Amino acid sequence: MSDFAPALLDPTLAIPPGLSDARGGPADRRFAVYRNNVVVSLTDAMATGFPVILKLVGDEFFRAMAGVFVRAHPPDSPVLARYGAAFPGFLETFEPVAQLPYLADVARLELAMRAAYHAADAAPVAPDALAHPRLMEARLRLAPATRVVASPYPIHAIWRANTEADAPPAQGGAETVLVTRPDWDPWPRPIAPAAARLILALLADLPFAAALEAAGDDIDLAATLTLLLDTKSIIAIEVPE
Amino acid sequence: MFDTSPPSLPAAPGVGYKPQHYSDILADPGAVGWLEVHAENYMGDGGRPLAQLRALADRFAISVHGVGLSIGGEDPLDRAHLDRLKRLVDWLTPASFSEHLAWSSHGGTFFNDLLPLPYTEATLARVADHIAEVQDALGRRMLLENPATYLDFDETTLAETDFLAELVHRTGCGLLLDVNNVFVACTNRGERPEAYIDAFPVEAVGEIHLGGHDAQVDDRGAPLLIDSHGAEVVDPVWQLYAHTLARTGPMPTLIEWDNDVPAWPVLAAEAARANAMLAEARP
Repeated sequence: MSDFAPALLDPTLAIPPGLSDARGGPADRRFAVYRNNVVVSLTDAMATGFPVILKLVGDEFFRAMAGVFVRAHPPDSPVLARYGAAFPGFLETFEPVAQLPYLADVARLELAMRAAYHAADAAPVAPDALAHPRLMEARLRLAPATRVVASPYPIHAIWRANTEADAPPAQGGAETVLVTRPDWDPWPRPIAPAAARLILALLADLPFAAALEAAGDDIDLAATLTLLLDTKSIIAIEVPE
Repeated sequence: MFDTSPPSLPAAPGVGYKPQHYSDILADPGAVGWLEVHAENYMGDGGRPLAQLRALADRFAISVHGVGLSIGGEDPLDRAHLDRLKRLVDWLTPASFSEHLAWSSHGGTFFNDLLPLPYTEATLARVADHIAEVQDALGRRMLLENPATYLDFDETTLAETDFLAELVHRTGCGLLLDVNNVFVACTNRGERPEAYIDAFPVEAVGEIHLGGHDAQVDDRGAPLLIDSHGAEVVDPVWQLYAHTLARTGPMPTLIEWDNDVPAWPVLAAEAARANAMLAEARP
């Protein structure tokens, strides 16, 4: 296996010695089946995990690019639902896509959507739970699916334009996206930077008052909390003893 | 040490579960009496995959089929992965757990394929240790599947059927007899698949797999079949299945169709064909 394994991913390596067709003949095309299985199956996993990147660059280019990626960054775990965390960093340095600088952040959004899809279930608090007398010192626990992805590019508009039939063409500048999972389907939605600061502070376990301070004065607090409640993202309000 | 009675999958057709068939299966399962899922697709923390699996488990016996333990590998088993598997099996309490006589990880890299190993006294000892470790961790007997192979190792000294029989003897594990894999591997080695079935330790079989394959040719123009799970079961494999049932009697029989997955009626028709053959095999 010490010969077999590296030759699976590196087509420049020779076929490992000691292999045959069981009748004393060569095993070259036979070994090539395994080589092909490995790269094609991992490329398929990438296509499943990054459908918007695939749509943006096209199937042929995506498969060629993913082939480079999977050889350079093969999975370290059999749980392929988590595979591809290194893809945004790869896209930032992969020369052939240097003219598409938004790809890396779109890939980060797709990773966040996938993580939200597989995140633990959690029951939301009742809408009136925020009317808590000690809310300011409480910690608001957010659902495990909750993610924030910020980008200098309009990544939500790009995502919509490539997943929804009637979406407008993507334009505009920086977008910060909140990913939630109200039921089973992850739901991305652009939010204001101040709202993102609040949510990130809550995710970092700050008490509500400190999270508000981190958010800054320009936050639309009512809209932000309504969004979190509507998306079933607040799962507990914990008050210190 | 473990419950060694046959697994409680019914001696009926099952199918490899695909999420796009969820509603169809619940509405019209036809002859399908049980479902098989790949363990690694249900190792998230929650969400729709686990919720659907739970709902299906209320209606059907479930077989959990692992594709990532690398039982045939040189490396120690991945304990983190074994822990994930234990969590899934403890949560679901499936009717059966099975894995492959193959490796898929080496040196910390997962290759996402079922890769071959030479059959020697050394690999026999290592695979037996790995099976014992899995059965200890899960607290249950597992089934081990014969592989579809495309090449041979010069260092092999044991026939695959003897290798499997000895693993059963040493570990008490059961076997999953993949009839399509037998057809593919024997054709690729220039051997008769019926002879393999006749040499197989059928008393340990707890499940049968059927699936489709692709056909290529090797460097010398000899047939090279690929276990693709992307097409219907071909007639020679159905005939080999009949030959197998004559030895095993009725067995839980899975239709595997993982790529280019067809509409539900196509898969259900394959299950119905297996069901008719199972009926003929009943005494």
